[in-house]
Amino acid sequence: MAEVIKTVEELKVKTAKCEDCLKAKFNGTDGKRHIVVCGGTGCLSSNSHEILEELNRQIKERGLEDKVTANVVGCFGFCSQGPFVKIFPEETLYRGVKVSDVDKIFEKDILGGEVVEELLYVDPQTHEKVKRQDDINFYKKQLRIALHGCGTINPEVVDEALGYDAFKGLVRALSMSQQEVINDVLDSGIRGRGGGGFPTGKKWQFALDQKNDTKYVVCNGDEGDPGAFMDRSILEGNPVSVIEGMMIAGYAIGAENGYFYVRAEYPIAVNRLRIAIKELEEIGLLGDNILGSGFNFRVHIRLGAGAFVCGEETALLNSIEGKRGMPRPRPPFPAVKGLWQKPTIINNVETLASVPYILRITGKEYAKVGTERSKGTKVFALGGKVNNVGLVEVPMGTTLRELIYDIGGGIQHDKKFLAIQTGGPSGGCLTAKDLDTPIDYDNLIAAGSMMGSGGAIVMDEDNCMVDVAKFYLEFICDESCGKCSPCRIGTKRLLELLTKITDGKGTVEDLEHLRELSESIKAGSLCGLGQTAANPVLSTLNKFYDVYLEHVNEKKCSAGVCKKLFDFHIDPNKCKKCSLCSRVCPVSAISGVVGKEPFVIDTKKCIKCGTCISSCRFGAIYKE
Amino acid sequence: MHLRKDALEKIISICARYKDEPSPLMLVLSDVQKEYGYIPLEVQEVIAKELNLPVSDIYGVVTFYSFFSLTPKGKYVIGCCIGTACYVKGGQLVLDKFSDLLKIKPGQTTEDGLFTLDALRCIGACGIAPAITINGKVYPKVEVKQVEGIINEYRALEQKGA
Repeated sequence: MAEVIKTVEELKVKTAKCEDCLKAKFNGTDGKRHIVVCGGTGCLSSNSHEILEELNRQIKERGLEDKVTANVVGCFGFCSQGPFVKIFPEETLYRGVKVSDVDKIFEKDILGGEVVEELLYVDPQTHEKVKRQDDINFYKKQLRIALHGCGTINPEVVDEALGYDAFKGLVRALSMSQQEVINDVLDSGIRGRGGGGFPTGKKWQFALDQKNDTKYVVCNGDEGDPGAFMDRSILEGNPVSVIEGMMIAGYAIGAENGYFYVRAEYPIAVNRLRIAIKELEEIGLLGDNILGSGFNFRVHIRLGAGAFVCGEETALLNSIEGKRGMPRPRPPFPAVKGLWQKPTIINNVETLASVPYILRITGKEYAKVGTERSKGTKVFALGGKVNNVGLVEVPMGTTLRELIYDIGGGIQHDKKFLAIQTGGPSGGCLTAKDLDTPIDYDNLIAAGSMMGSGGAIVMDEDNCMVDVAKFYLEFICDESCGKCSPCRIGTKRLLELLTKITDGKGTVEDLEHLRELSESIKAGSLCGLGQTAANPVLSTLNKFYDVYLEHVNEKKCSAGVCKKLFDFHIDPNKCKKCSLCSRVCPVSAISGVVGKEPFVIDTKKCIKCGTCISSCRFGAIYKE
Repeated sequence: MHLRKDALEKIISICARYKDEPSPLMLVLSDVQKEYGYIPLEVQEVIAKELNLPVSDIYGVVTFYSFFSLTPKGKYVIGCCIGTACYVKGGQLVLDKFSDLLKIKPGQTTEDGLFTLDALRCIGACGIAPAITINGKVYPKVEVKQVEGIINEYRALEQKGA
């Protein structure tokens, strides 16, 4: 049975012990080598779990139990390079590790004291090998606050969190009055990281001002924005930080119960959260009279069931209440009448993960980072056609260029940058002329997009923006809850219009209809999902009108995406008559004579699957 | 359809598990879905009785959320992610290929009950796009040409088991 921590003094003793342990581990002063393996979703899918098992097996087999340890840590964020293995105290970072590399790591590094060169990260620009994580460009411009501890501590052991700043924020909060805590959060200037950007402190103030014996804190972990996965990584990498943030919120507004609403698609996150809650209950950091302060707090988990609209806060509340996840009209706002009609604050995972840091260092200190109206840092899920795909946390005010080129390492295969989509289905796209815009809530809106939850998908010249708009509309049609007709019916009509355009049957008038209908949907919907449903259309219409015109006037898709607008052809001058394309064609649409006659595609039979293009080694096949 | 006695008891016990919760419906439905893979009308009637809710409410909730299913799912549920990051990297083509080879549309189950194909909206594995999951196991950076092999892997597994 774990020892119960009853007072702040006892916690301080415990924390000091955990800190020493963790420091000894990282500095090697305990005379051991420590290996950590990434256990984020990306790396787990590339067998990082088996790598850890193999490491532990070999530690045993080689009789190194006293000299080497290995454990799992949360996401490193640099998912495209995973799985990661990091060795302390040298902080050597190995990337793209396979189970079969474990032998090498032992022979060469652990026993031989040499670095396994071939497992090091190679900088794509300088082609130089980089040994330490902090020296990789991807990490250099980052400032990890919400991601604190992710990729460093073992998320399944509370002691490691305690040795890495956990509960210092709560301790300070408990020494202050409720209003003082809220003032500190107001001072920090932090705004909701889930999308809306509403000042967190203001939200808390509304809830504190409500006179009611029962209040709730809800953590919105229903990360539905396709392309964003920071909430998942934070919950997987340092669940204690989010729980602590929730406790601080609970103390500030006078709530004794907190609910995590997490997507059912995130089983690892849910599991680690469960482990953390159980451990914290055992040592008395959750429950009654926490640290002898008289503050009681309990945490509960609720799973989503696959509905994007539940990320909208009032729909989320309905879902927790066991109803269809449809939004409620506001006012009354949740801070007045929320969960089970009680005052409730709903904060995003990333927001809550930043709260302990704010309380630890004070709001004023936190506010030193960022721009005038957007303070602190923001985590972005950088994805799509950049070299370095992964999670990055940067100070507000970082430019898109820094994000895409310095951290992201530029566009894959030296293609041309076309656009970056931020804010998910509710957001919009930004183009080359926006590259030097400092990222913050207001600048992104001024540039025609929004922060959203931080999805940042980079598109290159091979992406068709009409097709991208259509993609988002399909998503919205699927996910519209059906309550408001403009959203339910309007988005269907928008999708039909877009399909007509990508099929080559559109007219210039359709573009006007698109715009008109988009405005009506915006005006006539109750919740955030409906009000922003048409943003992908409006944003692409504004920024890529020429691409739309090309589709309707010339019936052409230069990017080669809209299948009905082009055929596949073989350039007889480039064809080496090898027959490979005809052999891989699933519908036998390609004919020719090996070594004698160039091959030809029968466009009537062709299903435009693209298999031939990817198989041809001579670049002889083109779309027109 | 008549419910087996053991199934009936199990469902009643799941309902009892959450009797102290203020709003137990979602919790009960999640557990039943996990236990049996689907929530047919007969089961909804039992839950309605146990939780003292109109069955229409329960049907409303079951049909609202994509994780709840009225019909049984296949033994292997293939989820192809077509979230944005996966989509721009060819996730749709992977989904289409599964659909072609299994001769089912997303949301459907093969006649032999072996495979269900689902289109997923982002599983948060954007760093390894395009990703698919099969019964929870995540496959990273899937290419169209791998699809046939993946299906065969599970067919072989089935034959070995049978």
